[in-house]
Amino acid sequence: MPDRTAQLIACHDCDLLQRDIQLNPGCYASCPRCGAVLYRNATDSVDRTLAYTLAAAMVFLGANVFPIFSIEVQGDRSAITLFEAVLSLWNQGMMTISLLVFLTAMVAPAVELLSITYLLLPLKLGKVPPSYPLFMRVLQFIEPWCMVEVLMLGVLVSLVKLTNNFRVIPGMALWSFAVLTLLLAAAAASFNARDVWSQLDAKWNDQVSP
Amino acid sequence: MERPGVAVTAGGPIAAARGLCACHVCQLVSRRVPEASVAHCPRCGARLHFRRPGSVQRCWALVIASYILYIPANVLIMMETGSLISYRRDTIVSGVVHLWKTGSWMIAVIVFIASVAIPLLKLFSLTLLLISVQRRSTWNPRQRTRLYRLVEAVGRWSMLDIYVVTLLAALVQLGSMATVKAGPAAVAFGAVVVLTMFATMEFDPRLIWDPLQKEEFHD
Ligand SMILES: [Zn+2]
Ligand SMILES: [Zn+2]
Repeated sequence: MPDRTAQLIACHDCDLLQRDIQLNPGCYASCPRCGAVLYRNATDSVDRTLAYTLAAAMVFLGANVFPIFSIEVQGDRSAITLFEAVLSLWNQGMMTISLLVFLTAMVAPAVELLSITYLLLPLKLGKVPPSYPLFMRVLQFIEPWCMVEVLMLGVLVSLVKLTNNFRVIPGMALWSFAVLTLLLAAAAASFNARDVWSQLDAKWNDQVSP
Repeated sequence: MERPGVAVTAGGPIAAARGLCACHVCQLVSRRVPEASVAHCPRCGARLHFRRPGSVQRCWALVIASYILYIPANVLIMMETGSLISYRRDTIVSGVVHLWKTGSWMIAVIVFIASVAIPLLKLFSLTLLLISVQRRSTWNPRQRTRLYRLVEAVGRWSMLDIYVVTLLAALVQLGSMATVKAGPAAVAFGAVVVLTMFATMEFDPRLIWDPLQKEEFHD
């Protein structure tokens, strides 16, 4: 890629202007002034991210369909899924909190997974998804609000709190959330926005001027 | 295993000083005439700014609002638990103390860090960053940038208690022996988490480094 070496980059944390250099696979470039990680060389990042994302999407469905855990009180057993918990809070009149949990634990991960799939699956098949800049923006916006790993810790804390008074039986969704946390972390670690932009741009230019 | 990072050509100039502007969405560097009123990124179409406009003012507004809401979040009731034998109304802090006393030390420490330490760390750090940026301080910019990154990284973890209250309230409500209710503090606390996250996003870390330059950059 001859034109990539001539590209300039500005550090997102301190605005230091730098020249983009070719890195060895697996290496990353850091800003000499503030230490920010500027970019990485992850040649197979699209394949890896897509694989993790598709796996995460399936686990995400499981995490939302199955109950998280159930408690047993004198033979009475009650179990809830995440959505039932959100709904129950809504019915108790805590609409704001219910909405906050719904958005951060269900909507944000769903949007994140769908956006990555929408962007990377066509790219993998050699096509350019329509209006990809919009979806890159959506992805950038939604990322901080996806809090599956915090929810996972919340589930564990609740579990310990409940065991003081109840017999608690872990549900399928508990394991699903644990796996989902790992898969999302792996997807985030292998996703390379810089690479995706340049690959989408290159494909887009090919399509416009054949 | 992580390989060592490569430092790219040290000691270069500042993009803004060269009339160059990095897009905040796609990071593409493009030329921008400072006098031109509106410029858009040639790649993704986002508005171009040398610095996030109104960053300091909006960040202050969000931080002050969070300080105000932090009071009801800590004074009001976070969770009510009732059973045939006992009835408790806990604030965030009394909930942590109760956990500690009943022997759940690990959980007490985790909840303390997520619900008390992290929100305070965020608010104090953002206040420090805002004041130092406004005074055009040149003190240890690298450490201050690190502090900003820390605030950015730990912010989401304060949502922990909200999730715990949600799960407990929903689950225990179904059983007939006991009740758990989310209190009004949960709303205030949730608002603090969201507002401080927006405040962190609003802050432009490049402002920390600008006083090292002779010129000033706006918009
Ligand atoms: Zn830098
Ligand atoms: Zn752009």
